Amino acid sequence: MTAPIVQYRDVCKSFGDVEVLKGINLDINPAEKVAVIGPSGSGKTTIIRLLMTLEEPTSGDIVVDGKNLWKMEKNGDMVRANENHLRNVRGDIGMVFQHFNLFPHMTILENCMTAPVHVKKENKDEVRKRAVEMLERVGLGDKIDNYPSQLSGGQKQRVAMARAVVMRPKIMLFDEVTSALDPELVGEVLEVIRDLAQHEDMAMVLVTHEMDFALDIADKVLFLDEGVIAEQGSAKEVIEHSQNERLQSFLSRFRS
Amino acid sequence: MTITILLAASLFAYIMAFVAGLSRLSRNIIIRKVGGFYVEVFRGTSLIVQLFWLYYAIPMLLNIQVASNWWIGVIAIGLNYGAYLSEVVRSSILSVDQGQTEAATALNMSSFQRMRFIIFPQAVRMMLPEFGNYTIQILKGTSLVSLIGLTDVLYYGDIIRSTNASITPIVYLVVLVFYFLLALPLIWLTRKGEEIAKKGAASQ
Repeated sequence: MTAPIVQYRDVCKSFGDVEVLKGINLDINPAEKVAVIGPSGSGKTTIIRLLMTLEEPTSGDIVVDGKNLWKMEKNGDMVRANENHLRNVRGDIGMVFQHFNLFPHMTILENCMTAPVHVKKENKDEVRKRAVEMLERVGLGDKIDNYPSQLSGGQKQRVAMARAVVMRPKIMLFDEVTSALDPELVGEVLEVIRDLAQHEDMAMVLVTHEMDFALDIADKVLFLDEGVIAEQGSAKEVIEHSQNERLQSFLSRFRS
Repeated sequence: MTITILLAASLFAYIMAFVAGLSRLSRNIIIRKVGGFYVEVFRGTSLIVQLFWLYYAIPMLLNIQVASNWWIGVIAIGLNYGAYLSEVVRSSILSVDQGQTEAATALNMSSFQRMRFIIFPQAVRMMLPEFGNYTIQILKGTSLVSLIGLTDVLYYGDIIRSTNASITPIVYLVVLVFYFLLALPLIWLTRKGEEIAKKGAASQ
């Protein structure tokens, strides 16, 4: 049994008076593919935003590769992490967003190269080679000098995935990456995720409404309901054997 | 004279705009307050009064000559329009989509790198049209320096008019045309700025 690469311990998050997450305990193993499903407002997205350091947990710990993400040691005490600490710990995490968030003032290739070159200080030619390979892999080899505004939504999302993978993360987070796409463009994006899931040995956490796809590629499925993990297990366990009524009614909405 | 003051005052105003605009976004509350104080004071009082302060009041109070008339013109105009432009800088930076910051964070950029590579380059594109507009305003603002004895376009116009009052309309027509000719390249630059702004700004 390998050590988990990410551990949530009793993680809570409130926005004002609204309690979004109420005590999340979760282990993610290296290379494990985790799908997070649940009704909207159940806190799915918040779970991964805490891990990406886009939101700070109200209480509890998130441990990444043995290091506490949001707290650091100072003179023997555990204090709130500063930016340096966050940068040290989150370096192995990458994320793809619902609204792509490509950098509009850079070409596709520059989008994929900026961070490896300036953040990881890698050799520019090497990064370029890797970025071009990755863009070819997602089927955009002929678009590397285009700007994001010249691409379709599906193409933008494929660039966003290439941009994240070029950083060689050990954990990739997908935040409803097909929700903002026209239906006919969803397939090409799922295709890339499937390719990554099969050929890359990074852990992946998918927050998604693409139920069949999620259940198909996930090693572990979490059903989140009102801020708690109401059910977890393999896709088979969760779907066929769960006694959870809310899960069953949630799933039935996807099976018409 | 009009042109040199325009160039120097614009440059000074741009520098002040970035210094003050960025300080108002600083995490340090003292820097933020100082920036805010500067902007409110220079935005809230008239340019001509500021000019007279530098030219008449401060030398009398402190018994020093602040600088040559030319420099006083440049400093007063630069400080005044710098205050307005700093608001353009500030609001442009704030208007860059929050998702851009998040994407940069997800690529593990530091807050400085986020500003330098992602936010600032996009904000500058949005600033260009407004900077063009204000530069035209600065050009027109330079006519005030004739009041502190600088020999700009308007000053010459007044001299000619005082020797021959009958040609007053023609003199002012010439002055008018002169300002418009000077403004033409600036208007053209502003258009260019708008085109660039359209191309590079976040549109999702």
